[in-house]
Amino acid sequence: MGYQLNFWALAGYLSLFAQGAGTTLALTAIASTIGIALSIGGAATARWGVRWARSLIAAYVELIRNTPFLIQLFFIFFGLPSLGVRLTALQAAVLAMTINLTAYSIEILRAGIESVSRGQREAGLALGISPVAVFIYIILPQAVANVYPALVSQIVITMLESAVVSQIAVVDLTHVADYIQSRTYRAFETYFAITLVYLCMALSLRWLLARAGSKLFLGRSG
Amino acid sequence: MISLSVWEILHFLLLAARWTLLLSAIAFLGGGIAALLLLLLRYARPRWGATLARYYIELLQGTPLLLQLFLVFFGLPLLGIEVSPLLAAAVALTIYAGAFLAEIWRGCVDAVPRGQWEASAALGLNFLSQMRYVILPQALRIAVPPTVGFLVQLLKATALSSIVGFNDLTRAGTIVTNATFQPFLVYGLVALIYFAMCYPLTVCSRVLERKLGSY
Repeated sequence: MGYQLNFWALAGYLSLFAQGAGTTLALTAIASTIGIALSIGGAATARWGVRWARSLIAAYVELIRNTPFLIQLFFIFFGLPSLGVRLTALQAAVLAMTINLTAYSIEILRAGIESVSRGQREAGLALGISPVAVFIYIILPQAVANVYPALVSQIVITMLESAVVSQIAVVDLTHVADYIQSRTYRAFETYFAITLVYLCMALSLRWLLARAGSKLFLGRSG
Repeated sequence: MISLSVWEILHFLLLAARWTLLLSAIAFLGGGIAALLLLLLRYARPRWGATLARYYIELLQGTPLLLQLFLVFFGLPLLGIEVSPLLAAAVALTIYAGAFLAEIWRGCVDAVPRGQWEASAALGLNFLSQMRYVILPQALRIAVPPTVGFLVQLLKATALSSIVGFNDLTRAGTIVTNATFQPFLVYGLVALIYFAMCYPLTVCSRVLERKLGSY
C-alpha cells in the first residue's frame, strides 16, 4: 500500500491527449461514413439482389459478426501483406473498422428497410418512379429514420472498439495512453484519465448524433 | 523461424481455444451474478439503487473494454492485490458482462405486464418473492435468445485478454505467427476457430428467438 495517486504527472501531456482523441475521432468519422454508404448498397442487395449476391452478403455479415475485431485487424495488417497487399497501420485500421461497421450496419439497415411498408414501394412504382429512385427518395429515408438510434449506437461502439487499433501502433487515444504511462510510470492515472476522455467522447457523440437525427427526421420517424 | 504443419498449428491453437472458452464461461457466470444483483437494485424500493445501476451501466457501455481491462490490470495492484492476466481478464470481463446483461435483462423484466407486479403485491409477496416466483420466470422466457446472443459478443471480447498477456486463442495466434512467419494462415485459422465457436451460438439464439419470441 502507500501508493499515492498523482494526476499532475499527466499535465504536461495534454496536447498529446488532444492529438490522440483527434485520431480516434477521425478514424471513426471515416469508417462510419464509408461504412454506412457501403451498407446502404449492401442492405439493398440483401433485400432485392440476385440470389448469389444475397448469399455473398449474408456470408460476409456472418463472418464478420462472429469473429473478434482484434483478429480482423491482425488479419488485415499482418496477414494481407503475404498476398502482396501492403497497408500502413492507419490504412489497415480504417479498412478493418470499415469492414466491421459495414457488416453490422447492413443488418441494421436491412431491418429498417423491412420496417417500411410494402405499399410505399408499390405506390412509388405505380407513379412511374424508377425502382432506384423509389429506393433512394422514398424507402431509404424512412428506413434510416426507423433505425437511426441503432445506427448511432453502432457508430459509438465502433469508436470504443477502435481502442484496439493501438495494438498495431496507430497513434490513437489508447496508444497515447500507452506512451504516456511508459514515460511517467503512472499507468493507473493515465488509463483512468484516458477512459474518462473516451466516456466524454462517447456521450457527446451520442448526444450530437441524436440531435442531428431529430433535426433530420423531424416528424418523420415512426 | 520454425516450420510447422497446418495440423500442428491447428492443434496448438485448439489447445489455446480452451482458455478462451474457460474465460468466457467465468465471465458469463460472474457477469450473470453481477447482472442479477444490478437488476434487483434497479427494481428494489430505495430509488437511488436504480440511479446507481444506471450510472454503472452507462459508464461501462460508454468506455472501451480495452481500457477497462487496463484499469483492472494496473489498478488492482495499487490495492495490494497480485493480479495474474487470467484474474485481470476475468474481473474486467465480469464487470463488462454484468453491465450488458443487466441492460438486456432489464428490457425483459420491463416486458412483463405491470399487472403481474400489482397482482403479486396484492397477494402479499415481498419484493424478493415477487421477483423469484412471478416476474423472473416470465422474463426468463424472453431473456434467453438475447442472452445467448450476448454470449457471442462476450466470447469475441475475450480476445482482448491477450493484450494483457493471457494465453488465449488470440495470443496463441500471435505466438505461432512470430514463430512461423505465416500470419495469413495462422490468423485465418484463428478467425475460423472463433467463427466455429460463435456461429453455433448465433444460430441457436436465432432459433430460440423464433421459438420463444412470440410472447
